[in-house]
Order: sequence, then structure tokens, then C-alpha cells
Amino acid sequence: MSTADQIPTNGGHALIRALELEGVEVIFGLPGGCILPVYDPIIDSPIRHILVRHEQGAGHMAEGYAHATGRPGVAMVTSGPAATNIVTPLCDAFMDSIPIIVITGQVGTAAIGTDAFQECDTVGITRSVTKHNELVTRAQDIPMAVRQAFHIATTGRPGPVLLDIPKDIVDPKHPNSALDWYWPTDEEVAASLPGYRPTTKGHPKKIREAADLISKARQPVIYAGGGILKARAAEALRELAEMTNIPVVTTLMARGAFPDDHPLCLGMPGMHGNYTAVTAMQESDLLIALGSRFDDRVTGKVPAFAPDAKIIHVDIDPAELGKVRRPDVPIVGDCRLVIEELNKVLADRGGADAQPDRSEWRATVSGWQEKFPLTYIQSEPGELLKPQFVLEQLRDLSPEDTIVTSGVGQHQMWASQYWTFRHPYTWINSGGLGTMGFSVPAAIGAKVGMPDRTVWAVDGDGCFQMTAQELVTAATERIPVKIAILNNAYLGMVRQWQEMFYEERYSEVYLSPDLPDYVKWAEAMGCVGIRVESPEEVAPAIEKANSIHDRPVVLEFRTDSSEKVFPMVAPGQSNSDIVVGPEQGEGGN
Amino acid sequence: MSVAAAIPQHHVLSVLVENKAGVLSRVTNLFARRGYNIYSLAVAPTDDERFSRITIVVDADSAPLEQIVKQLNKLINVLKISELDPRDSVERELMLLTVRADPTVRSQIIELVDVFAGRIVDVGPDELTIAIDETPDRLDDLEDLLRPYGIAAVQRTGRVALPKLDRSSPRVPSSN
Repeated sequence: MSTADQIPTNGGHALIRALELEGVEVIFGLPGGCILPVYDPIIDSPIRHILVRHEQGAGHMAEGYAHATGRPGVAMVTSGPAATNIVTPLCDAFMDSIPIIVITGQVGTAAIGTDAFQECDTVGITRSVTKHNELVTRAQDIPMAVRQAFHIATTGRPGPVLLDIPKDIVDPKHPNSALDWYWPTDEEVAASLPGYRPTTKGHPKKIREAADLISKARQPVIYAGGGILKARAAEALRELAEMTNIPVVTTLMARGAFPDDHPLCLGMPGMHGNYTAVTAMQESDLLIALGSRFDDRVTGKVPAFAPDAKIIHVDIDPAELGKVRRPDVPIVGDCRLVIEELNKVLADRGGADAQPDRSEWRATVSGWQEKFPLTYIQSEPGELLKPQFVLEQLRDLSPEDTIVTSGVGQHQMWASQYWTFRHPYTWINSGGLGTMGFSVPAAIGAKVGMPDRTVWAVDGDGCFQMTAQELVTAATERIPVKIAILNNAYLGMVRQWQEMFYEERYSEVYLSPDLPDYVKWAEAMGCVGIRVESPEEVAPAIEKANSIHDRPVVLEFRTDSSEKVFPMVAPGQSNSDIVVGPEQGEGGN
Repeated sequence: MSVAAAIPQHHVLSVLVENKAGVLSRVTNLFARRGYNIYSLAVAPTDDERFSRITIVVDADSAPLEQIVKQLNKLINVLKISELDPRDSVERELMLLTVRADPTVRSQIIELVDVFAGRIVDVGPDELTIAIDETPDRLDDLEDLLRPYGIAAVQRTGRVALPKLDRSSPRVPSSN
């Protein structure tokens, strides 16, 4: 009999029933001693469970799922080492505001604090990397704890919530697991959280002040961050940009929030942003920061960042306003609601016709785009592949709504630079925490959530080795993700910094191009593996990969290890000192 | 250990929280991760037992403190935070102090304690234990005055504070 047809009488069943009622369709997890009683009712539940090979994989899959679908991802693991293994995904989700729910088993309530087998202080360890966490000590509290967790994870600034569940309260054989089933109403959930009232509506006066600044600005730039995507505000953003004729930069977390092929799109700003995006912000007289947080990778040296710009800063998290740069107009609120209100105010004041003529600014910006496009030098026949070339081919030969995930490092920057993101929620990466190994499990989670879409994980050889085992999960569960390893035999970004800032003293960055043998490894994990070494092999390999729908595919591209990511603003430098390419000198001007 | 009177970087925060396990740790974590020492801390339930009030005295510059307060506000279990300006609040702290008091000086000490409106709560052959609740700087004064006699032990509670009544001070917390 399905769990959905019975009234739960014990905590374990109640936990699964609560997840069903929250609309959970999939759990990424791995069972163990303390969580065993919760795994038993999973057999009878309509919820799909995906058995991962390492708990870190479960967490990143939940993140990838949440990124791609907008719905909270759920991971469930046991106590002790399983809980510590999922700390990295929790922190990753915390930094990038991804709504995930992590359920960890815990030793029985009587054993807590006794150094029992597989016991650790999970709520203590994860306190600073979760939006909220809770040790649930009574079976009766489970339905409310689950409802609170979903409410907290998905509202306000989204984030990870962890529930730590002792074994005795979910084990039907233990009297502590008994409960009278109930399902709290929205009102009861809100009343149970007296300290949690996120502000979603922007203050009307502040919104009018923002409109005033916009209507006076000659050289404004919209600085769109990941909050646009979290707030489902891409359409509102487009309306704002088009009505005001203001160019838009999309941060690493916002790629796809505004279409790359839109004439107003300047692409990615920051340390490896393109010249135009970086310089337009530097030269602007007004930055309209929407769901962005003035991260150090965007601002460079803060006192030198956009020195003449007034700032409008919209964020749902009041702690972001003034954290790095004091805004002239701070607005706390949900990006979509605030932008929609702002659009109304601007429209009432005459819309596009009431805006100043910005053709001169647009022409200046276009001039930069023409003068400083992203460039690289194609390799000669017989030389190793250029990673940028591989990404251009991958982009051009894959469906335009392909979801791209990436790990962290050079390949991540090139993927963000060279892909043309036309749709929101097509780019999934680890921005804040910079978690190597993110891409493979995130791709699996995204593909589970969006089974009809092509999902490519762009990965580095260093990253791939950190979480590759999850391809066993993908092969077993028939989740046909595609992996493009840009194998340059190095921890490439570290190598780049050692070359540029440590006098080419390469310390512990060499990985070897052929150990491991990525093709054999892929095949051993139930995937198709293809090695690509010359430019003419690139397109056929990608086309073949795109035609395989019944198992994961791993393409290993042998790329040039000397290739560096440009443009670059050297760490600690002003964005005005951007280095466009190697020919301009290395290590800053 | 002389306790200096409220020097400029002393900030007093009054934090209304849910009265449940782990909340104090969440609050203090935010100071610890930035390397700020909490100077004193007092916690007790309010008249509504669902809530507790934490009074924190911390040395911090105003800018990072503003960020800490915003981060505190983000904690799910935190309902309200006010920074209390000593000029606009009433503050009290309780001190227990054992001082050497052989018969030759005992009456002097009792006189001093009287002046400060403290009480003798325990008497030994050559020691006295004093209890006094006062403003923190008055406690400092008494401690300084008693030091020459020989202080055997001091235990202070850390200050508790409430806004002065001439300011608006809603009894029921408005949530944020």
C-alpha cells in the first residue's frame, strides 16, 4: 500500500508523507544506520529516490535540481560521516542562495552527546552554513518541522535548511516514534516562526526615488545578479531595460537572466568579465544593482569600483544593502515585485519617451564592444585544442536551451564567457563557494528536474576527479547527462595565478593528461567515453554525444595548458586596470 | 581586573529571541566568526515564556556591528534587536564580591557597602561577601574602593538593560 494512502502513525512514515505533501518528486540520498527507518517507507512512496555514491553528490544534485526547476531540492543521508560529507553542498547552497532541504539521520535521542557510533553534532557543524537548521527531538514535531523547512528554504532569500532526525523518533519499533498525524496550515507555519517575516514589497517612496535617479542618469548600467533568477524576475528585468534603454551586465550567478543576444546585454562583469561589461560599470553614473551583492570578484578593489556611480540597490536581504557599498537608494524587497513596481512608476511618468537620450552612452558602449571583443588565438594543426574553440563548438552544436553546468576554475570562466545564454535557468555553477567537483552532480540533478532538456556539464580535469563517481549513479538511474572535460592536465586556474603572480613557480598543480585514462574511466562507470585531440574531431564528437540519449557521455578534450583566462583584473586591483589579453602584458599593467 | 566604564566602542545590544535550544549559540556564533569577543552576556526569559532577552555587551566598531546586527536579524529565531544607548536606557548588573575583612577594617567596609546600597550576604571570621545591583560603572567604583582590603573573589552577571520609558518601548515585540 502506498504511503500516500495511509495516515501516518509513526515519525518515519510521517516524514515521508510530509515530503509527499510538500510536492517532492525526487530525493537524492544514501541510507545508513540512523536513517534506516525513514528509508523503509520510501519503498512504498511515489517519491523517486536516487541512490548516490557519495553524500556530497546528493547535496549538489539537490542544488542542480533546484537551480534548474526553481523547486527546492531534497537530499537525505545518514548521521556522522554522511552529515559531514554534505557540509560542502550546504555551504555552497548557502553562498548561492539555493533552496535545498537536507535531512540527516541522527543517533537516538538517548544517545545524543555520548560519542555514539556515527554520531556528530550535525546542527552545530552546519549552523553557519545553513539558512536554518533544527534538531527534531519529538516525532510529533516532524510535520511542522518539515513545513517550516520548506517555507524557510523557499521564501525570502532562499537557502539550505537542514533537519536532523534522531533514529528513535522515526523507528516504528520505538515508542518515541508515535504521533498523531496533522498537517499544519500556512497560518500555523507562519505563527510558529515569529522571528521570520521577509520583506517582499519594496517601499513605494524608495521606488519613486529610484525612478528619479534613473530618469536623470546619462550613463546608467543595470547590474543584474542571481537574485533576478531566484525571484523569477527575468521578464520584469527585460521590460525595465528596454523601456529605459539601459545596458545590462549579468554576473556569474545571473548568466541567462537577460539574453546574451539582446542588444542591451553586455555579458559578464568582474575579474574575468569582458572589457565592455567591466568598463561600462566603471564609467557609469548610476548602477542599478538588482539581486546582486557587490562580490569581490565583481568589484575588484572596492574604493576604485565605479567611482562616479550613484547606486540603487534592490535586494530581498537587508544585510546586503550597504554591506560593501553604501547605496543612494536602498530597496529591500523581492526583485520581481520591486522591478514591476518600478516599471509601473516609470511607465506612468511617460515610459521610454520620458527617459533621457542615451544614444551617446550606447554608442560609447558599442565602441568598446567592437574594440575589445573576447578573443583567443586558434591553435595550429597538430597543437593541442584551445578550450575556447571547444566551447564555441559545443555551444553551436547543442540545442539553444541546453542547460550548462560547470565546475570551478578556468573552464568555468570560459564557459560563462563563450556560451550564449538565451534563457534563464540554463547556467548552473558554484559561484560563491567555488566548489570544485560541482558540475557532474549538479548536471545530474538538473537533468532529473528537466528530463527533456540537453544537459552538458563543462568540467575541468581537476574538478572531474573530485565527484566523477556520480556518473555511476547517472548510468544506473539512466540519467543521460553529457560531460565535456577540458583536460589541460593542470589545476588550470591555480597554474594561471602561479604563472602570473608567482613568477612561474608551479607548485603542486600538475595532474597529468592521461592518468587517469578518462575514456576507460567513463566506460567503467557505464558511460560512453570519447577522447578528442584535434580540431577536426571536435564537432563529430559533440554531434555523436548529442545523439546519445540512453546513457551518460564523457568527452575528454585535450586542451592547451598554457591557455589563460582573459580579460583579467588582477586580484586586489582596480577594475580600471583590466588586462584584455596576454599581448597587453601579464600580471597587471 | 578593573572594568572600565562604558568606553566608546562598547555597544549594548538587546536581542529578543525565541526561548529554545541552540538559539544562544546561533547568536554568539555571529560574533565568534568575526573574531569579536563578547564582553558580557545575560540571558533570561521575558514575561512571555516563549521568548528570552539576551543582553550583549561587545567591543566592535560601528560598521561591522551594523552588519552583525543585520545578520542577527536574519536568524530565524531572532525577533527584534535594539542597540541601547547608555544615555537612553536603564542598566543594572549584579555583583557578588568576597573581600578580606578582619575585625579592624570590617566596620569601614560595611560603611562603604552602605554608601553603595549593597548588602552583606555572608559573614566569615575575616571575610565578608557582598551583594549589590547597580549600574556597571558604580560596581566598578565599589570594586576599586574595596581592592585595597583584598578581594578574594568577584562574580558579576553582565549587564541587563531596557530602554528608558520616555522612549517608545512597545511591550509586545513587533516582528521584523
